[in-house]
Amino acid sequence: MGGISLLIESICLMAEITFPYKSDFFTDSDKSIQLVFRILGTFIILFIFIAPISIVEANIFEVTIQELGSKSRSTIKIAVKKLGDHGDPAALPALLALKNKRLAITENERLVILNESESKGRDFFTGDILNVESLVITKPMINNSVRRVLSTAIAKLKLTSDDPVLRLEAAKDLLRRSSSSIIPLVEISLIKEKNDNIKEVLLLVLAKEYLQGDDKKKRIESINTIKNFGSKEFFSVLEELLIKNDEGEFLEKDSEIRRNAAEAIKSVKKRQVFIDQVANLFYGLSLGSILLLAALGLAITFGLMGVINMAHGEMIMIGAYATFVVQNIFIKYLPSLFDWYLIVAIPVSFLASAIVGIVLERSVIRHLYGRPLETLLATWGISLVLIQSVRLIFGAQNVAVENPFYLSGGIEVFSGVIFPYSRIAIIIFVIFIVILIWMLLQKTPLGLQVRAVTQNREMAACMGISTHKVDMWTFGLGSGVAGLGGLALSQIGNVGPELGRMYIVDSFMVVVLGGVGKIAGTVAGAFSIGIVNKILEPFSGAVLGKIIVLVLIIALIQKRPQGLFAPKGRNTED
Amino acid sequence: MIKELISLHSLRGWLYSFGLLALAVILLPVLNIFISEESFLHVPNYVFPLLGKYLCYALVALAIDLIWGYTGILSLGHGVFFSMGGYAMGMYLMRSIGKEGMYKSELPDFMVFLDWKELPWYWYGSDYFSFSLLVILLLPGLFAFVFGYYAFRSRIKGVYFAIITQAMTYALMLLFFRNDTGFGGNNGLTDFKRILGYSLQEPSTKMSLFIITAIVLFLSYILSRYIVKSKLGRVLTAIRDVESRVMFSGYNTLHYKLFIWTLSAFLCGIAGALYVPQVGIINPSEMQPSNSIEMAIWVAVGGRGTLGGAILGAGLINIAKSWFTVAAPDYWLYFLGILFISVTLFLPKGLIGIFDHFSSHKKNRKL
Repeated sequence: MGGISLLIESICLMAEITFPYKSDFFTDSDKSIQLVFRILGTFIILFIFIAPISIVEANIFEVTIQELGSKSRSTIKIAVKKLGDHGDPAALPALLALKNKRLAITENERLVILNESESKGRDFFTGDILNVESLVITKPMINNSVRRVLSTAIAKLKLTSDDPVLRLEAAKDLLRRSSSSIIPLVEISLIKEKNDNIKEVLLLVLAKEYLQGDDKKKRIESINTIKNFGSKEFFSVLEELLIKNDEGEFLEKDSEIRRNAAEAIKSVKKRQVFIDQVANLFYGLSLGSILLLAALGLAITFGLMGVINMAHGEMIMIGAYATFVVQNIFIKYLPSLFDWYLIVAIPVSFLASAIVGIVLERSVIRHLYGRPLETLLATWGISLVLIQSVRLIFGAQNVAVENPFYLSGGIEVFSGVIFPYSRIAIIIFVIFIVILIWMLLQKTPLGLQVRAVTQNREMAACMGISTHKVDMWTFGLGSGVAGLGGLALSQIGNVGPELGRMYIVDSFMVVVLGGVGKIAGTVAGAFSIGIVNKILEPFSGAVLGKIIVLVLIIALIQKRPQGLFAPKGRNTED
Repeated sequence: MIKELISLHSLRGWLYSFGLLALAVILLPVLNIFISEESFLHVPNYVFPLLGKYLCYALVALAIDLIWGYTGILSLGHGVFFSMGGYAMGMYLMRSIGKEGMYKSELPDFMVFLDWKELPWYWYGSDYFSFSLLVILLLPGLFAFVFGYYAFRSRIKGVYFAIITQAMTYALMLLFFRNDTGFGGNNGLTDFKRILGYSLQEPSTKMSLFIITAIVLFLSYILSRYIVKSKLGRVLTAIRDVESRVMFSGYNTLHYKLFIWTLSAFLCGIAGALYVPQVGIINPSEMQPSNSIEMAIWVAVGGRGTLGGAILGAGLINIAKSWFTVAAPDYWLYFLGILFISVTLFLPKGLIGIFDHFSSHKKNRKL
């Protein structure tokens, strides 16, 4: 009995290789036995009949590959399908080339894969390098329907690759575009697969397909798989099982399946809530760290010196443009070291903003000490001049600052939730800077002098501290830190002349909320604004969330006019 | 009462102010209507909405001068009150378009565009001019009263108040930028056709609006003058100089500050309402923080603490702006920025300060 079924199974598999169709044999047999048979069948094909079949196969393979260069789209489509179902990774380069429009065919029917500049081509079968510029080549034309088949085929071939990254990518691709024809392929890969992440995805692919079938046991198993690993993308699949028709009867007749589906929905939802919370927390931390970077410099100039610097946003912008300039210098003179431009940009952006800040302090702001409202207006004027200057130098358009390789991409923590490296790096960068500033203020002679001048300017002057110098360095430090903020912002968004404008109101809110003159308050203010913002966002939308946060801050300041971290003491006003 | 009014100004002061009013209300219209178009004395039609716009700005400057120049409270959120008046007027004008919009619908065009089926409830009253007028007169003041009550009660002052008002205008700008808020989103309200049945395209309507603006500005000026000359005004100035001492003398500064803050918002709302039919559009960019800061600089340039200075500053800067944006748009921000810096550094009393300086020089020489 087993022998006969094995034979039939093998024939089925062979047939599936060339003509994929939905096999309904053995639907009542046990899944594991079926799987064993299928694998045995494959082995038999590969080893017992290896000699004759491999010759036939090799011929079929070559012919099919050759068909990729055909003029007819339907021929290409069938060939792609065949190659995908065949499962030989050797076809992968040809398929990828077809997808990227690099596959071409010469006059004498040689299939070549072109290089990037399309000047040279490699013969697919012989591996000869041809100079295609002297040849007449035609490229096979593909349309969307071919492209769809192509993606599935590529995914299938990748699934057999040795690289786990490629396999995971392929598994995810399949999950998005699964069809019943891939069931055997996935089942085979699942057995070979050692990596738990990839296994999970493959199980989900199978679950999605089995659910459409008739086997009740498999369907319940599938629902359980979804219950255990599924993400919110499966809501629609599960909810379909609970739909009623117009007469109020369930479309799905089996009550057990319905009950399981309802449970699965509940547990998937629960997990989704958890995932959302973690994601919100991360994005909140990320937003908070960005706000903190923007506000830290302000906490120094406004908090410690009492200077309302409305041009603070422009210090951020100058830091971002300094990063841009460093990037361009690297592209032009040191393209091989391009990825390390960011390291060089750190001191450059700090110094660029610090120098502009010191010049402003010496030329304008020091004349206005003790007149905060006038300072506000004068620095606003400075900000207008700076914005317009940058516009005239670099143009009004946004400029692109590219991530170096170590900051592009991200970690996928849950399916669909990606934490970009650039944002993680910013959080770490901010922590580093906060510690540095704290050390600078608490542990160095300059910090001691800054604190002395902040507490009592006249007394500090009497003790021989040059208050003017301290003002200058403090303002330079605050501006420089803003420049570092610009460097960080350039890694996650556009750089334009108005970059600073977007952050000025937020930065002031952070400093006012945290309490003036306290670095710890600024940190707390930034992160609480960031996290509250992101938690509100799903309920109210981004803009309304921001408005609510602003209103909350205004309300909170009514209660605690000195901010969250008010300095203790009985200072009278002014 | 009349005696009191007359004593607000010296004879020369009254002559100047009535002279300017007469120039705007009588001379310009006469030059427009009765002088032939070829003559160089002829005042062309386009001048009226332009001047009307400047007068609206002057009214805003007057309002800011009351709260900043006289009471020492810098608001960076007056764009909100201006926009409230403007939007209330804009809603009325929007409703009076009727079915002449692009979509020939009963609803305003942007609602049709958003596929809304009926008017949101807060648009109901705007069919009637009288109701809209009531909103224009009450809403900005009421909003300012509530906001100011909570802010002044917690003794938020100086820079903090400036920053909070800036956050307020920023938040409201974001709110009005949303399409769902129901005020036309990004594009705001525009394409107005008529006001009280008069076509807004008619030169005579434009001229009338200009004359009304001039009269409102004149009356507001007299009112402000009356307030700053009164005992109330002196308390306000005292609050500006040393608030704690005023409190220790037994005054409740909250009431004084709240009164002048509300009045300032009230005047600002009227300015916005007069501005919209003359300019033909109101959108959320009026609530940009930068706009409100620019308003404060009009006052600073003209001269804080002098009513004439505020009006002068608003007029001069906006004339300069009109000229720059045509002749040298790239350098307008340079000009404005350098003006900000130089006025705060070198002219703490504004342009009026220069005149005063020279006139006092003359007097000294006579002695």
